[in-house]
Amino acid sequence: MKKTELPRWATGFVLPILNLMSALLVAALVIHLLGESPSESLRILVDSAILDPEGLAYTLFYASTFIFAGLAVSIAMQAGLFNIGAEGQMYVGGLGLTWAVLALDAHLPGWLMIPIAMIGAAVFGALWAFIPGYLQAKRGSHVVVTTIMFNFIAASLMNFVIVKYLIPEGQQNPASRVFADSAALPLLNKIFPVLGDTPLNISFILAIVALVIYGVMVWRSSWGYELRATGLNAHAAHYAGVRISRTIIVTMLVSGALAGLGAVNSVMGSTHYLSLNFPAGAGFVGIAIALMGRQHPVGIFLSSVLFGALIQGGFDLSLEKPNIPQETFIFIQGLIILFCGAMENFYAPAILKLINLTRKEA
Amino acid sequence: MEDFQLASIVVSTIRNAPVLMFAALAGLFAERSGVVDIGLEGKILASAFASAAVAYATQNPWYGILAGMGVSVALAMIQAFVSITQKGNQLVCGIAINIAMSGLTFVLAQFFFQQGGRTPDLRNARLVDVILPGTAALDHIPVIGWLYGHLIGGQSVLVYVAFLLLPVVHWVVYHSRFGLRLRACGENPHAADAAGVSVERTRYLAMFVAGVLCSFSGAYLTLVQSGFFLRDMSAGAGYLALTALVFGNWRPLHTVLGCLMFGLFGAIQIQLEGVDIPVVGRLPGSLIQAIPYIVTVVVLAGLMAKSVAPKAIGKPFVKSR
Repeated sequence: MKKTELPRWATGFVLPILNLMSALLVAALVIHLLGESPSESLRILVDSAILDPEGLAYTLFYASTFIFAGLAVSIAMQAGLFNIGAEGQMYVGGLGLTWAVLALDAHLPGWLMIPIAMIGAAVFGALWAFIPGYLQAKRGSHVVVTTIMFNFIAASLMNFVIVKYLIPEGQQNPASRVFADSAALPLLNKIFPVLGDTPLNISFILAIVALVIYGVMVWRSSWGYELRATGLNAHAAHYAGVRISRTIIVTMLVSGALAGLGAVNSVMGSTHYLSLNFPAGAGFVGIAIALMGRQHPVGIFLSSVLFGALIQGGFDLSLEKPNIPQETFIFIQGLIILFCGAMENFYAPAILKLINLTRKEA
Repeated sequence: MEDFQLASIVVSTIRNAPVLMFAALAGLFAERSGVVDIGLEGKILASAFASAAVAYATQNPWYGILAGMGVSVALAMIQAFVSITQKGNQLVCGIAINIAMSGLTFVLAQFFFQQGGRTPDLRNARLVDVILPGTAALDHIPVIGWLYGHLIGGQSVLVYVAFLLLPVVHWVVYHSRFGLRLRACGENPHAADAAGVSVERTRYLAMFVAGVLCSFSGAYLTLVQSGFFLRDMSAGAGYLALTALVFGNWRPLHTVLGCLMFGLFGAIQIQLEGVDIPVVGRLPGSLIQAIPYIVTVVVLAGLMAKSVAPKAIGKPFVKSR
């Protein structure tokens, strides 16, 4: 008997690895064409992003933001919504955070300031995602197009707000004033001195907690059941009594809040001020992470670390090899999205054939 | 003085619009066949770079246009392979292409020219503006001289191509055999299939046309507008073209009108920078930039008009039973 479906270990593990390998193979080819050695580049990359403790700390620092972005995209995907707006939601979330901090950081101690700032980030991110969610649920305008629009609107709006209201008097740099110390996230190098002078902070731990909560909510709660039912077949879910439009709106609110929380790590953990275009594409990386991690907590974690390593290792690599600038890794991101997201089943027929072959022999 | 401003707004609207028109009409073919084309941005960027690089290397803009076309068609074929043959996620594929091209064009520009990710100035390798015969003779006549010499004449060949495309595309989509099949594949691929139309071939062909048309958009950016390639110089033009498509309800004339409207916004934005408007005061450029997107959201919400996409858009076609 020939089976026509792949076993779970193949779709969940073998296919992503093969797809990732394909993307890296194309990347290696490009690096080769640029006149550099792919194997040497890989060695530098792994050395500086994983093996070196300080490098690893940076990798995990970037990964913290990516986990939130990946969760934001993933939770929307569970409901069948393709949220391309995580970038804008994170950006506006940064405004909510900054607004809270600028108003309160002179008066509040850190243990109170940080949670309030985080709530500010989550609320603003959620509000920015609410409108596309509402329009999808009530007016039938597709969330993909509206969230793209909202990314552009967020960019213009933030440009306006930062330049007009947030630049301190007499300053030229388009950024808010530097936050007081009470708004700085505790760094993990206080506990683990081996991490050195790196910005890895408690938001990494928060990201892990968020992953666990996400897993429990999606697979162990009735809300998660309604969420997934909506994503699998909205008509059937509606017939079974799920209020589709409410599920869509609530999902987008949660998604936006998660994207907003992604701002906490970089703004309060590292720069300590709000700057122009601070998300720097992290929201789009979230799409790649959600696709590659197949919306599963473990997958999201692993792919976030991978993308963190690519950023950190890529930075060091670009210093050593001028022919491989940082932008190479934007290209590699695109390749990974292409192979792991759009062409995810490229190798499926071949693997199926292989499995069926071994079955026959057995 | 006021007249002069109006005139320059009109001229720059005409000059802004082709970038969007080429891309939007490209998207029209793709999406009318049932393939979502979010990858317009990446194709514009790739063809902009290829056009500039080859035009500079050969000192001939026409070779540049050809190179841009090759690159853009190649990307369109990747999209077609993923969306049609692989039945993969079309949105994801488009986004992947946009992100990959944003990185790759910079890397290649830096590798070949070592100027911080831009190409050298094209100077004589740019497309020259067409001077209509008799321009000099009419130049001193007030309105007609300007109209003939600076609005109708004095544009690049690609501007004329862009505006001539409208009737051609209209005819192809609504009055040709290919157009009929194209629309059928976008609305109801199963019916088209039952009627003996190859959905796959029609969609591949549509993506090919989209690749060719989209390449002009990138070529226009570098060979006509700027005269060099700069990192991420498309600056959302692909998304804006897509917006015009949604705005125009996937119909050629309305889509082009949408492009002209966005071109007008761009022109007004430059004029309004630092000008006091009654009641509103000084409108910051960053907010004017957002207007097209806000307008689109309003349209999408059905508050101004209802936008209806082709029914089968974004769905891979699986031959049934």
